[in-house]
Amino acid sequence: MSEHRTYAHPYIPNTAPEVREAMLKEIGLSSIDQLHDAIPDSLKLKRVMSLPPAMNEYELRRHIEALLAKNKHGADYINFLGAGCWQHFVPAVCDEINQRSEFVTAYAGEPYEDHGRFQSLFEYQSLMAELVDMDVVNVPTFDWAQAAATAIRMAGRITGRRIALISRSVDPDKAKIITNYCTPVMEIRYVEIDPLTGKIDLDDLQGKLEEGTAAFYFENPGYLGVIEDQGAEISELVHAVNAISIVGVDPISLGVLEPPSRYGADIVCGDLQPLGMHMNYGGGQAGFIATRDEETYVMEYPSRLFGIVPTEVEGEYGFGDVAYERTSFALREKGKESVGTQTALWGITAGVYLSLLGPAGMQEVGETIMQKSQYAANKLCAIPGVSLRFKDTVFFKEFVLDFNETELSVAEINKRLLEVGIFGGKDLSSAYPQWGQCALYCVTEIHLQTDLNRLASAVDSIVCKNQKTEE
Amino acid sequence: MKRIRRDHKVRRFHQAKWDEPVIFELHRPGERGVIPPGTEAGIAEAVGEGSARIPSAMRRKEAPALPEIGQAKVLRHYLRLSQETLGSDLNVEIGQGTCTMKYIPRINEMLIRSPNLMELHPLQDAGSVQGILEIYYKLDQAMREISGMDAFTFQPSSGTQALLAMASIVRAYHDSRGEGDQRDEIITTIFSHPSQAATAAVKGYKIITLHPDEDGFPDLEKLKNAISERTAGFVVANPEDTGIYNHRIREFTDVVHEAGGICFYDQANANGLLGITRAKEAGFDMCFFNLHKTFAAPHMCGGPATGALGVTDSLKRFLPGPLVDWDGSRYVLVEQSGDSIGKVRSFHGVAQTVLRSYAWIMSLGPDGLKNVAQIAVLNNNYLYHKILQIRGASAPYIKGRRLEQVRYSWKQLTDETGVTTEDITRRMCDFGLHYWTSHHPYIVPQPFTLEPTESYSKEDLDEYIEALTHISNEAYTQPHIVKLAPHNSTVHRNVESSLDDPAKWCITWRAYLKKTQPE
Repeated sequence: MSEHRTYAHPYIPNTAPEVREAMLKEIGLSSIDQLHDAIPDSLKLKRVMSLPPAMNEYELRRHIEALLAKNKHGADYINFLGAGCWQHFVPAVCDEINQRSEFVTAYAGEPYEDHGRFQSLFEYQSLMAELVDMDVVNVPTFDWAQAAATAIRMAGRITGRRIALISRSVDPDKAKIITNYCTPVMEIRYVEIDPLTGKIDLDDLQGKLEEGTAAFYFENPGYLGVIEDQGAEISELVHAVNAISIVGVDPISLGVLEPPSRYGADIVCGDLQPLGMHMNYGGGQAGFIATRDEETYVMEYPSRLFGIVPTEVEGEYGFGDVAYERTSFALREKGKESVGTQTALWGITAGVYLSLLGPAGMQEVGETIMQKSQYAANKLCAIPGVSLRFKDTVFFKEFVLDFNETELSVAEINKRLLEVGIFGGKDLSSAYPQWGQCALYCVTEIHLQTDLNRLASAVDSIVCKNQKTEE
Repeated sequence: MKRIRRDHKVRRFHQAKWDEPVIFELHRPGERGVIPPGTEAGIAEAVGEGSARIPSAMRRKEAPALPEIGQAKVLRHYLRLSQETLGSDLNVEIGQGTCTMKYIPRINEMLIRSPNLMELHPLQDAGSVQGILEIYYKLDQAMREISGMDAFTFQPSSGTQALLAMASIVRAYHDSRGEGDQRDEIITTIFSHPSQAATAAVKGYKIITLHPDEDGFPDLEKLKNAISERTAGFVVANPEDTGIYNHRIREFTDVVHEAGGICFYDQANANGLLGITRAKEAGFDMCFFNLHKTFAAPHMCGGPATGALGVTDSLKRFLPGPLVDWDGSRYVLVEQSGDSIGKVRSFHGVAQTVLRSYAWIMSLGPDGLKNVAQIAVLNNNYLYHKILQIRGASAPYIKGRRLEQVRYSWKQLTDETGVTTEDITRRMCDFGLHYWTSHHPYIVPQPFTLEPTESYSKEDLDEYIEALTHISNEAYTQPHIVKLAPHNSTVHRNVESSLDDPAKWCITWRAYLKKTQPE
């Protein structure tokens, strides 16, 4: 081999000069620049882009690893942030499956070449259906917020009405997504929560339900951690005006909490991230939607829905798209909303997770989370000046801590917690200014008793030190 | 020993066929797949049973009917299903035109599995995530250079979501000028992605769809006729699905701007244009790139992904927030003002994709990116030249060169043999190759769209061409082979009649058990 020859870029084989020249010749060209003749000179970039020079694989690895090393992460720190993205146990088999080259690089294959992709997603739909106790589940959408927004738009089309009520306790960022997605076709109005319990204010709900109401959307457990036990009454009120009851749910709670279909929900939605996805700086989110198997509902899904069918050969399971003609793939702007690339790989992963956990695992994980979150809350509330915002309401994995009496801001407490290797709960003071200094803490099955004790003693020392200084 | 003869022209492939049951059939009472973390005695002692406090109305009465399966069986089941999936890693995936199925560098897949990314919480203090914020920032800078736009967000998590964000920005812009109600139309073209029209409709717009002129170009006269004081915006790809570059694009954007509309550019696929021409010079106010197409992030069976959305300065205030910036000493997340459309996806989009695309750009540099565009177009024109030699195939519209893809037609083959493009889809599976027809509606009869990208060698392209040639010959001589395909796949043809019948469709296993009867 000559030392002087020009090699191709590893990712672009036909940059090898002799191949490139042969191909150019084959199509009757003499120069590579002729390929872009169709583009007028006035639109051409007549300089080399100002970007860093290419790195080889090892240089790239060192460069990226050095950048990533600047991050501090939840495997080295103790993390109590939740608020829509939660640190849960991820079984190794989940990672093994979702890192399979075939699944990572598949896309839009037919049921014949991608039988496995279709079957995995059908199984995911089926496993989620058992968890939420409904007969139809979609191929996942972007995240919980998108699932809720689409559920609301589905309700708008089913009822022919344009007002949707949502609970005030919905995450303000999620509400932004819902509002943007629904505007201007639907109007979003809020239903207040009881400031003492964090539960839906039924009087306010009743007052706001009217003939033009398409749906009421609430969550259980909600953003603020609260378990809403008035679900049946809420759905009854909603159904009394022929509106649709939509419930958002954290699926990891459903081993111990009643699924929303059992208290009147017509559409159930939520996020799959707790079911086997790492946090990934928020890149693990995926939304699900579930309904009864009624044509009125099924035909309003914008999503892919995979169904099981016979093939021409007895004994084979086949899979395909159910009611494809609903979708924007088939009908462009006349389809139901829009469909495209969403979060299919996380659907497959959630299916793996549910297969591994089974009914006992889901019950155990729910039980463990509740024990640990209660233990943490009890420990923290034993610290002078720290209390629960909703004292008498049962919570699942998240709870609102009220720090007002410590006379410290949540920002200050979190700053000092970070110094001792702890990510404190989400600061709620700007989203809920009426509550002053409150924070949303998240405790899951991954926290050890020592982690929780360490949190309590760190908060205790921050708060007490402050009180001593003041004395 | 006699040398083994290997002179067959098409690959003698057979897809994995595991005859796998549906996962519920693997259920054996008492088996466990994994034991989740439990509670220490100290905690249990202190709080007792965790679920005891659940109000009775909210306590689950019946356990979910999930299967109980040992871990090895779960792993084996899903590994088998993965083998029954033909990822782009395993085939010459030039048959999914418009989607830029390129090589996915393994180093990038390795890098995203760092706990320094996987275990980051999106609400961590910015000071504790300087590394990932730097990557967002630097990818933003690179995208600005590649497009000429002034600011990017990576929040949209697909091309469709980027289009939704763009339609939302169009509305917010006109609302801010008091023209939101008056400007209620968005103009697009029939050879653009269906999501352009669909997302604009989600935002309440009336859609005007332009059809091409006889050479396949978007028709400027039709645009002029469609433009009015009701025009909110114009969204288009260039090249469109045909691979034909509209050299008059600047006239199009000028016409729309004169009427007060916003021009937004679907650059989901910009693979033929990197370093050659940019959105800015063509007169666009916004554009987006699919990182899972042009920028080498994988498609993941259909997401998660990223539609990187860039805008000119005048539209920056409408972008969803927060945006990443450098304050002179550190990277910060800056909340947007009240003019912003708010958010389109939770948190900061899909960080893994952002990292992959940053790594890909760094592994190519400016010259490498331009090579991508050149070789993608070279490969396409080589393929185009060869496909037109196959009996029964044609490429409607202008005869000259195309950019990165071509929409072809089998009309002649179908007329002469009865074999359709759908039949060919199934037959291509038999050679371990993916082939896709096209987006609906089929303006080009019996369509197929091929996009070879820069990733495939000449021999790869020749293999694909050989398979199509072989199928064309079959169509003319033994059409039943094509019509009855697949023959070498995991399964045979679906009997699909139940998929559109509410009484028969089965979207879950429990519905299947309810709606079918054992013989």
